[in-house]
Parts: sequence; structure tokens; C-alpha cells
Amino acid sequence: MDEHRAPVSAHAWRALTYGVPLAFLALFFAYPLASILERGLGSGENIRSPLDVLTDPLTREVAWFTLWQAVASTLLTIAVALPASYVLGRYAFRGRNVVAAAVTVPFVLPTVVVALAFLAVLPEGLERGWAAILIAHVFFNVAVVVRVVGAFWAGLDPRVSEAAATLGASPARSFREVTLPLLAPVLASAASIVFLFSFTSFGIVLILGGPRYSTLETEIYNQAVRMFDLRTAAVLALVQLVCVALAVWAATHLEQRLALGGQRRAERHVLRPLRTRGEKAFAAASLGSLAIFLGVPLAVLVESSLAVGDGYSLEAYRALGRPTDALLATPWEAVLNSVVYAAGAAVIALVVGGLAAFAVAGSRGGGARLLDGSLMLPLGASAVMVGFGFVIAFDTKPIDFRSSPWIVPVVQALVAIPFVVRIVAPTLRAIDERQREAAAVLGASPGRVRREIDLPVAGRALGVAAGFAFAISLGEFGATVFLARPDSPTLPVAIFRFLGRPGELNTGQAYALAVILMAVVGVSVFAVERVRALRTGWV
Amino acid sequence: MTQCHKAALAALLGALVLGSAGCGGGDEPPSDVVLVTHDSFAVSDDVKAEFEKTSGLKLRILQSGDAGELLSKALLTAGNPQGDVLFGVDNNLLSRALDGDVFEQYASPHLAHVDERYVLDPEHRVTPIDHGEVCLNYDKAWFSEREIEPPQSLDDLVDPRFAGLLVVENPATSTPGLAFLFATVVRYGEPSWQDFWRRLRENDVLVVDGWEEAYNVRFSGAAGRGSRPIVVSYASSPPAEVIFAAPRPDEAPTAVVEDSCFRQIEFAGVLRGARNEGGARKLVDFLLGERFQEDIPLSMFVFPVNSSADLPPEFKKFAVVPESPLELPPGEIGKNRDRWVKEWTSIVLR
Amino acid sequence: MLRIEGVTVEFDGKIALDGVTLDVADGEVVTVLGPSGSGKSTLLRVVAGLQRPDRGRVLLDGKDITSVLPHRRGIGLVFQDHALFDHRDVQGNVAFGLRMRGDSRSQMEQRASELLEVVGLTGYERRSVATLSGGEQQRVALARALAPAPRVLLLDEPLGSLDRRLRDRLLEDLEELFERIALTALYVTHDQAEAFALGNRVAIMRAGRIVQVGTPDELWARPADEDTARFLGLGNVRDGTMIRPEGVAVTHAADGSNGDGVVESVARRGPTMHVNVRLDTGETLEAAVSGLDYPSAGDRVQVAIDERGIVPLD
Repeated sequence: MDEHRAPVSAHAWRALTYGVPLAFLALFFAYPLASILERGLGSGENIRSPLDVLTDPLTREVAWFTLWQAVASTLLTIAVALPASYVLGRYAFRGRNVVAAAVTVPFVLPTVVVALAFLAVLPEGLERGWAAILIAHVFFNVAVVVRVVGAFWAGLDPRVSEAAATLGASPARSFREVTLPLLAPVLASAASIVFLFSFTSFGIVLILGGPRYSTLETEIYNQAVRMFDLRTAAVLALVQLVCVALAVWAATHLEQRLALGGQRRAERHVLRPLRTRGEKAFAAASLGSLAIFLGVPLAVLVESSLAVGDGYSLEAYRALGRPTDALLATPWEAVLNSVVYAAGAAVIALVVGGLAAFAVAGSRGGGARLLDGSLMLPLGASAVMVGFGFVIAFDTKPIDFRSSPWIVPVVQALVAIPFVVRIVAPTLRAIDERQREAAAVLGASPGRVRREIDLPVAGRALGVAAGFAFAISLGEFGATVFLARPDSPTLPVAIFRFLGRPGELNTGQAYALAVILMAVVGVSVFAVERVRALRTGWV
Repeated sequence: MTQCHKAALAALLGALVLGSAGCGGGDEPPSDVVLVTHDSFAVSDDVKAEFEKTSGLKLRILQSGDAGELLSKALLTAGNPQGDVLFGVDNNLLSRALDGDVFEQYASPHLAHVDERYVLDPEHRVTPIDHGEVCLNYDKAWFSEREIEPPQSLDDLVDPRFAGLLVVENPATSTPGLAFLFATVVRYGEPSWQDFWRRLRENDVLVVDGWEEAYNVRFSGAAGRGSRPIVVSYASSPPAEVIFAAPRPDEAPTAVVEDSCFRQIEFAGVLRGARNEGGARKLVDFLLGERFQEDIPLSMFVFPVNSSADLPPEFKKFAVVPESPLELPPGEIGKNRDRWVKEWTSIVLR
Repeated sequence: MLRIEGVTVEFDGKIALDGVTLDVADGEVVTVLGPSGSGKSTLLRVVAGLQRPDRGRVLLDGKDITSVLPHRRGIGLVFQDHALFDHRDVQGNVAFGLRMRGDSRSQMEQRASELLEVVGLTGYERRSVATLSGGEQQRVALARALAPAPRVLLLDEPLGSLDRRLRDRLLEDLEELFERIALTALYVTHDQAEAFALGNRVAIMRAGRIVQVGTPDELWARPADEDTARFLGLGNVRDGTMIRPEGVAVTHAADGSNGDGVVESVARRGPTMHVNVRLDTGETLEAAVSGLDYPSAGDRVQVAIDERGIVPLD
């Protein structure tokens, strides 16, 4: 790479792509978290010292369980998702976009709702305990692997494995020796996200784990909110943060080592139709079994929303149109609120995450990796602590916005940003340098080159990222639960409130809202896909 | 100023712009009053409008989480609270709240209509607003179909007849679960309550983490049509089963075991350091006033404390207001809560 | 006019360009001929500004542009693999440079159409780049580079990825184009036919150095050394002299007479036949004879060498 005397604008661009994400992270994540940890560690008179907490066997037990269930969930998710990723990454077939969008739906549902659906679906005996937790984690996280790995796979030049075949490698061998190494970085990437989610999973562990199983996250919640022992909670949160930081460091390190580059090609050159019986059978089997696995709990949700009164009826849906005392707004307003918040969060995430993606894609140096890793931390930090942190950190003017409605999109964006980076950065990295050079020689300044080459090429990835960010924000139920919201609840919160009231109609409305949430997400993700497909026409 | 600095400044300004959204007014008296409460709070639109009209203040409601979370946040922000009035501390958490010096004293004139036994704080740092009892609920149809006598008291639960029929919530994670634990402590005293639970465990009691799961999934008499016909819930659950069923039945499908009921009282209080103290007091008065109190049953499914408030007809018909539920003084709760929960956990779960 | 002065570029300890000096006069086409790895592409990248030289300068019309950024040099570059912008149509590609300098929409459209006509792609404006054939894509790349009327045009083996027939056709078109518009160009290739056909002067490059510069005739007549001679496809090199194949006449041995040797192989090279003769002395000699009258393998032939075909090498 050349060493040009970098002009001023290059410095400004670097400041922007590093500075904005870091500032965002510092202000809205590091600062509140540090505030609550400081308060927690320093609080309490007759509460035990941090060392006592660390050496308590209960702490070790909980930490160990948290770790191994996260690892197991990750491995299981990858195993389940890989066949479908393969199908989506190699073949073009009708309804491919629908499949991709449909797979994303479970990811978005509030954990509370899905946990209840699983309770109804799983057979007696299996319904709680670590097995149920693992299955539910796979259910949620399959989307991450299928979408991220599938998209990457669809850009891999198939000629490499074809060459291997001509040299005598069986399909299995070719996969192991040729494809897997090329996929390795993106697999590591997806795995790290799944690991983080499973590590800090709250609702699922709480409900499906039953009283006997608890992770660091649920224990933090317990200590902070039930026992009012902020110190223990803070110590546990620190332990969790350290574990997460280590995992993130390992993941980015691994990604770096594994990244081989390799030829990227446009999807239209890579995807081919299903031709042989074997191919069709495989596709049907893998997509079909995934559909069943994902579909049954969702079907249970739909059924529960209709099973009001004797037999089935739309009564619950009709009731949503009437004012209700469960919420301080009508349910449809909750739908609207969610959509507005999610859109706001998606915009923030696209801007901040997009800039960070440029930074991360632009260099392989330590600084870029540090940025990438730091942005992943919010995924692994305790939602409870962050939520509380907001309450105490932003309580004095001029930054007294703990009650501002903007908090919700900001917090949701914190979770969405790492996804945006992960989706956009690889595409940016893969841009043929010669296109940039061609543009430069034709008179485009470096900034112009970015606008003319990087942005259109990244446009597609940004579209996927937008859809993902929107979907994640719609179903966010972690930190936003702990933030006080003005009179406008989001959908997941509304669902939770309905569930918190007795009466068949209330429960029915909760499930009806969940079905609506599923539909909104499915439609919006699908729409984003269509839009980006149209936009990458040839002009 | 280099480009670097410019970019950083722009980012900071952006943050400040966000912050200005929350900036309060200057020295004029605030035109709104902020109620901080939990997710179960509800009020009808017309009742809310009436308050705004008579007080001349806009009512803003900040809701999140349950009573425990509510209190944690209040403790964190004591002296610089997020709102003016806090509603949702119950008698289980009262001593914690009072110890945390979260409230400001205020004695509402409406207290004249409130029975003495609800006023747990003689210093009036908190004001009682509603009461609800945590009781065992059972599914009438389930028992009548099998021609078994439903349970009449706590003692019945350890009878082998009722093996495998009960679902309770974990007191460490659920308020009704905690209340039920207190009920057994009061009923059987120390240390016999532990034997009671040992026998319950032998009798195959199912423990779940939250009321949502216990009631909506496990209980046979509710939407989930679960497998257990006895659950720890509220005295107001049976009327809810009538009101929120389509079509409405003539009788409540579930009933309450009166002997098992434990009193829960919910309080509101003016927060120390509130921005609008005058408005806060008006709000507390309103919460204790007839209009709001009469709205309570159908909004929040608990009972009003104001004796001049009328109950809605469904409640009169289907609800059972236990005469003498079990009670524990808040001070005792505060002292022993953690220990009881730990002991319970080791007996029932481990 | 373009002047490359003492340019040296080093990559990881390996020297890619070693003190290269070359002049390109206005309106002249200079081809740089060399095998892969000789540094030709690196040279172009230095001139375009995509690579900073460790030593040396680049001067354009007397001005030192060594440190000028590529987008300010006004130098055009046609890449080997065209590097067209997939996300724009043909017109979008061709007009790109015009857009960068701020031309109006009508100016851009007009000039783009002009250029497309010049390269023989009239009417292709709205076509999508992905649907074009290899030859068409390369023409678009050429039009794109020419559109902003650069002072110098650099071409990096533009015909490298095309099949033979297409290459020949495009070569003809390029020759015609370079004659028609007075173009100052530096054209890099490993193919001798291209270099000799297009270049007013040819520079031979080897291992990062310019070995010889001259007109095609000069090079052919007096290659600088043995390696160059061999590279140019001239056979019959030995002991510091070279016998040009066209100077070797081969005739059938008259009946009965011995002749000088036996024909080993005959290979057609377009209109001429290259005949390898093994002389009775043991040496081999390569002759280039007319395709109309030539011997077959195994024939005994008589060999006569024209004095004018003997070239002393340095």
C-alpha cells in the first residue's frame, strides 16, 4: 500500500469514523456503566466485601454455568444453522428472500413471549433446565448465523471449490479444506455474537431455567432488584464484563488471524438454481427442518392468540382496538411507538455503525480491532446495570435526559451497532482496490472516491444492516425495560403488561400483540430486502 | 482548530442537543407533575383527565418494571428523583423504602376515610392507596369434574389428596410468591413453617419463577389451561376471569382459599427532592380521592382503601374481600426477609 | 511531454524498478515491452500516482508531479481488467471523469457519445456493464479514460485478457485510433507483436531496468544483447552475433548434391514459415521463408546466409 502524504481531509475522515462511534460509546455506555459500578462497589455498610463475593462458591457456580451454556448454545446454533446457511449461500430459488426474512423473525421476538411459547411446546420434563435454555437459545440465534454466514457464503467464488474438485477432492473434503477456511472469519464473527447473546441472556434463563439455574445476568438482577444488594450486583457485573471483554478480544483476534481475503464475487455469479434431485432434496430437508423448528413455537403463539373463549376467535385482536387499562395508550399506539423508536434506533445505528464499519474495514491495525471489539461490549454488558446506570448518570443538567424519549432509541442502537459493523465492514473490505484507483485517476478526490465507490457498493450491505437494526430494536426487551419511559410503551413492554394481568382476554391480547409484532418484523425485513434489490439496479 | 477537534466537538454538541430534550424549565412553577410507578399501574383516560382539569397540571407517568425495580431505582436516585410521586411500594418493601429515606412526609386529608390498619407508617411518609390480597386460587371446574372437595385451608395442601396440584412462585423472584411465604410464616410460626414447606415439597409442589408463568401457563383455570388447579395468585383474579372472558360466564370459574390470604397494601409517597412538591401533594390527594379509588378495581385489579369508594358491580358479585387476612409488620419483614428466602430456597429448591 | 527520471521502487527488499529513465514526447506512443515481473505495471502506477517512488521524479511538461495525488494529475489509466464501475451503466462509466471535474449534464452526455463512437460502441450508453463482452468492456474502459482528455494516457496490458481474435481486432482499432487522435501514451505489454505494432518507440524492460529504447526497426536490427534478442523472438544467437531468420535462405538440395543440412521442423507464423534446419556441422539455424514455397521436415536443403542478416550484438 502506498504511503501518500495524507491530506487534511483524510485526517478528518479518520477522526470522524473513529471519533463518532467512540464518543457515542463513551457517553451512552461507558459513562453510565462506570457510574453504576462505582456506586455499587462503594455502597453498603453491612454488605460483604467484593472479595467475599468473588470467592463465594455460588458465584463460581453461576459463572461456570453461564460460560458452558453459552458455549454449548453457540456450538449448537452453528450446527443447526449451517445447512440452511449453505442453501442460502449457494442456491438461487424462488422465495429465497422470504426464507431469509422469515428466519429473522424469531430473533426479534421478546424473550418473555417466546419463553412462554416454549413452555407450552416442550414436553414435560424437558421444559425447564439447561436443555430448554439451550434449545431456546438456538431458536433465537439461528437467524444471526444463517443471515450473516449465508450472505458471506453467497459472495465466495465457487470456482475455488470447483478447482478442488478437479484435483480430486470429494465434496466433504472440499468443504473442509477449501470452503471452511474461507468461511472461518465470518463464522467466528457470527459465533461471537451468538456467544454474547447467550452469555447475557436473561428472560430465557429466568423462565426456562427455573429456580435452579441462574446465570450471571439473572443473578445480577436478583441481587440488584430483589435483594437490594448493589455491591454484589456490581461485582458480578464486573465479572461478567471481564469475561465478555476476553471473549470479544479472542473473537476479534481469531477473525483477524483467519481472514484470508479471497475473491469476492457478486451474488448473481455465485448463486445457481437447484438442479439435481440431490440438491433439491437437501435444500428441502434443511430448510424444511429449520422451518419446523422455528415455526412450531411461532404457531403456538398464533394459536394462543386465537384460543380465546370456547374454540377459536378473533376476539383478542378485536379487543386490541378498544382502550384498555393494561396500557396507558391503545395497543395500536404501542405498535406505532415501537415502529417509531425502532426506526430512530436504526438510523442512529446506521450512522454510528456505518462510520465505524469504514474505520474497521479500512485497516487491519490494532486501533481498528480495538474499536470493533469495544463496540461489541454493549452486547455483553448487563442490561440491568446499564439501565440503572442511565438513571444515575444522566441526572444532572445539562445532560438530564434520563426521562427523554430519546433514551430508548439510543439504548436500542447500542445493541444494533455491532451488527451494522459486522454486516457492512466485510463488504467494504472486499471492494476491489482497482475500482478505487480507477476513480482516483479519473479525478475523484479520496472523499469523492468513498462516495462514488464505497457507498454504492456498501449500499446493499447497509440495506441488510438497516433491516437487522430495525428488527433488533423492535424486539428489544433488555435495557429498555429498566428505563422509565414516558406514556408510550413499546410493543414488547405492552405484551409483558398484558401478560401480567389475569384474565383470558388479557393473555389473548398479549399473544395477539406478539403475532402482530412478528408480522411487522417479517414485513419490514422483507421490504428492506426488496428495496435494496431494486436499488442495486445498474445506475 | 484541526479537523480532529472539530469532529470531536460536533459529537459532543450532538450529545448536548440530546440532553437539552430533558432540560427542565427555569424558575417558573412547573406545569406538570410526574408519577413514577411500575408496569402494573393503570388509570382510565377520563379519570386522568379529571385530575389534569382540577389541578391544572399535566400528569406524566413514567412506568417501568415491577415494584422491586421501582424501589431499586428510587433508592438509587434518592434526593434527586426522576419524578414527584412514587406509587407502587408495597408493605413487603416498605421498610427498605423508609430506610432509604426516599420520601417526604405528607398526610393527606383523605386519610380520614381510610381504615387504621392500612396506615402502616404513622409518620405518613407513605400513603396507602390500595390493597390486594395474595391468596390461593383454585379451578372450580377441575375439582367438580373429579368430584373432589377443593382445598379449604393451608393445611389441606399437605394432604396427599392434593399431591401434585399446587403451583407456587419463587419468593426470591416474585412478589406473590414472597407474600405466600410470609403467609406460611405467620400461620405456622418459626420454625414450623419450614416443616410445612418440606411437606409441600414431598407433596410435589411445582415452583416457577414468576406469576405470569404460574398463572398463565401452569394454572388450569386460566388461559393457559395448564395441569395444576391450585395456584398462588390474587383475591382479585376470579373477577378478572369473569370480566376478561368472552363470552362472560355467569359465575366466576375460579375461587379463593380465604384462609391462605396475605394482606398486601400498596403505597404512594411524595419523593424527597421532587421538582413539583405542591403538585405532588395534589396528586397524592387525588390518588386517595373517591374518583381514582373507584377506578382502581377495574384498572389495576386491587381494592380501594378509601371506604367511601364504591366497588363496581362485577367486583361486588364475584370478588371476595377476605375479612382477616394474614399480616406481618413491615419492620419484621425488613429484618427477616432475606433470611427466610434463603432458608426457603435451601428447603424447597436444593 | 512526460519524463520519468531515475525512478526506483523497492518492495520488501526486492527492487521493482531500478533507476528507470524514460521520455515520452508529445503525441508519441511509447510501448514498454517486458516479461511478467519486469516492473512494467509498477512503472505505470508510479506515473499515475498510485505508487510513490523511493527515488526519482516524474515530470509532466516540465513540472515535477512526483508528489501530486492521482486525482489531480490529469493522467488517464486503462487497467488490465478494465475495472469498470459495476454499479453504473456505460454512460455512467464513460462520463465519470467529466462528472468529477464538474461538467454539465449536456456536456457529459455529448462527450460520452463522442467517445463511444470513437471506440465503436455507438448507442451503448444505457447498457449495463455486466452484460458486455470482454472486448466491449475494454472499449468502454478506453473511452472512460479518454473522455476527460488526459494529457497522457497509460495503458496496462489492456488486451491481456482477451482471446486472440479479439485482441487482433482491438489491436487494429487501437493502431487506427492512435493515428487518428494525437495521443501521448505509454503502453505496457508482454506481447511483442502489440508493442511493435503500436509503439512509435519501444522500451525493453527487464528486472526493473530499461534495457533498450528505440523504434521497432532499430530494435529488430540491433537488439542490445542476447537476452533481448531472444525475447524479441530472434533466434540464431551465438557468440555475440545474431543471424536474422529472414536473412537465411533455404532451398531444396538439387538432386544429387548434398545440401547443407536437414529440415527438423516447420512451423507457420502467419504468412511466413519458420524452418529449423540442422546443419551437418551440428548447429541449428532458423530460417523465415515465404509461406508459398517451403520445404518439409526431413528434406535435405541448401542454406545461404545474406550478409545483411548478420547482426553483431554487444
